[in-house]
Amino acid sequence: MLEARGLCKSYGSRAVVSDLSLAVAGGEIVGLLGPNGAGKSTTVAMLCGLVAADAGEVFVGEGAARQRLTEDSQAPRRRIGVVPQELSIYENLGTEANLALFGALYGLSGTLLAERVAAALALVGLADRARDKPSTFSGGMKRRLNIAAALVHDPDILIFDEPTVGVDPQSRNAIFDNLEELRRRGKALLYTTHYMEEAERLCDRIVIVDHGKVVASDTLAGIERLLPATQVLEIEVDGLVDLAALGALPGIDGVTQQGELLRAGIADLGCNAPALLSALAASGRRVSRVTSARPGLEDVFLSLTGKQLRD
Amino acid sequence: MSNTLTALKALIKKDLVLYFSNRRALLMSIAAPIAIAAFFGAVFGSGGEKPTRVPIAVVDADGSALSKAVVAALQGDTTFEVRELAEPEAVALAQKGKVRVAIVLPAGFGAKTPAALMGGGDKAAVTLHYDPSQAIALPMVRGLLTQHVLKAIGETMGAAPGGAGPPRSAFSAPYETQALATTSTADRPYNGYAHSFAGMGVQFILFMGIEVGVGVLLARRLGLWKRLRAAPLSRATLLGSHILSGALTALILLAIIYAAAIAVFNVRIDGSVPGFIGIAVAFALLTSSFGLLIAAIGKTPEATRGLAIFATLIMVMLGGAWVPSFIFPQWLQTVSLVVPTRWAVDGLDAMTWRGLGFGAAIGPIVALLFFSALFAAIAIWRFDWEEPRG
Repeated sequence: MLEARGLCKSYGSRAVVSDLSLAVAGGEIVGLLGPNGAGKSTTVAMLCGLVAADAGEVFVGEGAARQRLTEDSQAPRRRIGVVPQELSIYENLGTEANLALFGALYGLSGTLLAERVAAALALVGLADRARDKPSTFSGGMKRRLNIAAALVHDPDILIFDEPTVGVDPQSRNAIFDNLEELRRRGKALLYTTHYMEEAERLCDRIVIVDHGKVVASDTLAGIERLLPATQVLEIEVDGLVDLAALGALPGIDGVTQQGELLRAGIADLGCNAPALLSALAASGRRVSRVTSARPGLEDVFLSLTGKQLRD
Repeated sequence: MSNTLTALKALIKKDLVLYFSNRRALLMSIAAPIAIAAFFGAVFGSGGEKPTRVPIAVVDADGSALSKAVVAALQGDTTFEVRELAEPEAVALAQKGKVRVAIVLPAGFGAKTPAALMGGGDKAAVTLHYDPSQAIALPMVRGLLTQHVLKAIGETMGAAPGGAGPPRSAFSAPYETQALATTSTADRPYNGYAHSFAGMGVQFILFMGIEVGVGVLLARRLGLWKRLRAAPLSRATLLGSHILSGALTALILLAIIYAAAIAVFNVRIDGSVPGFIGIAVAFALLTSSFGLLIAAIGKTPEATRGLAIFATLIMVMLGGAWVPSFIFPQWLQTVSLVVPTRWAVDGLDAMTWRGLGFGAAIGPIVALLFFSALFAAIAIWRFDWEEPRG
């Protein structure tokens, strides 16, 4: 439904996106992950037609309805709904009036517009607040209206740029329900986020970008297989440890420490964990707790980019 | 106590650092008073400036040696810029505000005035058609006219001025004057509110135009611009909507302001109503294109608002909304012709209390539309369409 091929974009001499390709099918949620400055926003801007790519192409639709998206093309844009990271609603315009405006931008009017506005409000659970102004809403409600504004013209493709920033858990769950409902309806969703748990819960496939390039693209299970370690060991220690020395131990990699919590990828618990614990004891560190877990998306991300997602 | 002092010092330091690190705001704080002070210094005289000549017209309906001598004396006076015309043309110029006063020396002036000076016979009636919005020039014209008439009498009678006159205790001007304000009709007194509403209306509607521009910058910052740009709209539609909505808002505001002026302050559109509407529409377009220009040039809403208010105040000052433009130095009067607010204020004056016809509206309408097109063209050229990258 949405396909990008070989996208490149530079600002001055700095390449922000280099030969980036991705595809999103109908009924699928694809997560676009990357640390700050990885080129996510520029990629999203090119996918929405807001920024012209220096090279590469974006296609919208399938089969005979497939169209190339350019900065000036209008027809493909009708099939895309964009949920910007920033709240992009008029706070002093009524909720219904906001959606009517955004629907009118896509050529909707009359009964059809009214129906679409009602449907979008119903989907995000704001039907009973249609007459109220967003300025009276909670942060979560504004976020849901921000999503509804992208749905009102019933696009085939939805691009979400971190839509849950600053949202309370209850509203976040409501938004997830909305997204899953849209997937059930056959929409193609591209979802950028900083929250690994969101990507793990929602996304059918994940694309990880760094330095403007795709460093991994697969299902969550496929991505997790990229990490050589089969387990992650979490150890509470009473001080700083020599990460490089621990990482050099056989079967140990991806060692990080945040405060008193040490995390390490471990190939074989039975064989490699004793050596790790012994090394900690030899360095004078006292271990107060040890737990093991399967490696998650965050571990893969760290392994591929060398950065925390929020760096 | 020492904790309080430490906190106080830190808070003061924070304020100073924040203020002085905002270079645009700092520049405004320094540039604005310097520019405005320089403006008023130039207007009200710095001592070294050549004084501005007051434009007047003179009508010699007498054709006598005395009236010719008076006309010649006025023309030789460096205070005035004199045009000798027939009465209808001279009055028309006063009505348009092109001359401050039109002096009409009547038939019989040359015969009656010397006799009146010596205390005998009727006095000639000199008519002074004056622009009531710039009536401050009238007493000066009266005084200098009297001086030149007395001098001319002395010269034409072969006596030294003042040497053969009547006793000072019995002195009165040897002619009568009738001052007539050049309003729309003789029975309609000058209404100073009409000019005030033109000036202040123009100023505050331009402020609204600033908000249009700042609104675009805020929309871009908040991401609304991204959503609007993602829609299947041409750039012309997107920018055109801002121009038209801004113009409609300006037009509605101007209509409300003038409705209040008419209802409460007895301001009347004594000239061409279509001309008034034409000027209002052209000014409304100018306002919105000015707003768009601000959005195109501005970087942040905060800095842009300050700079735009400063630019607007300068334009309004040069437009003659605060002080009449005739007291400007000549160079400033010339400069003010390329300031759109001058055309707007003059045009609204012409269509209200001056009572001029549609022909007098054409110049302001063309000028305002020209500036609107210029501002819009620059705005479209300079407009940053691409989203700030993240």
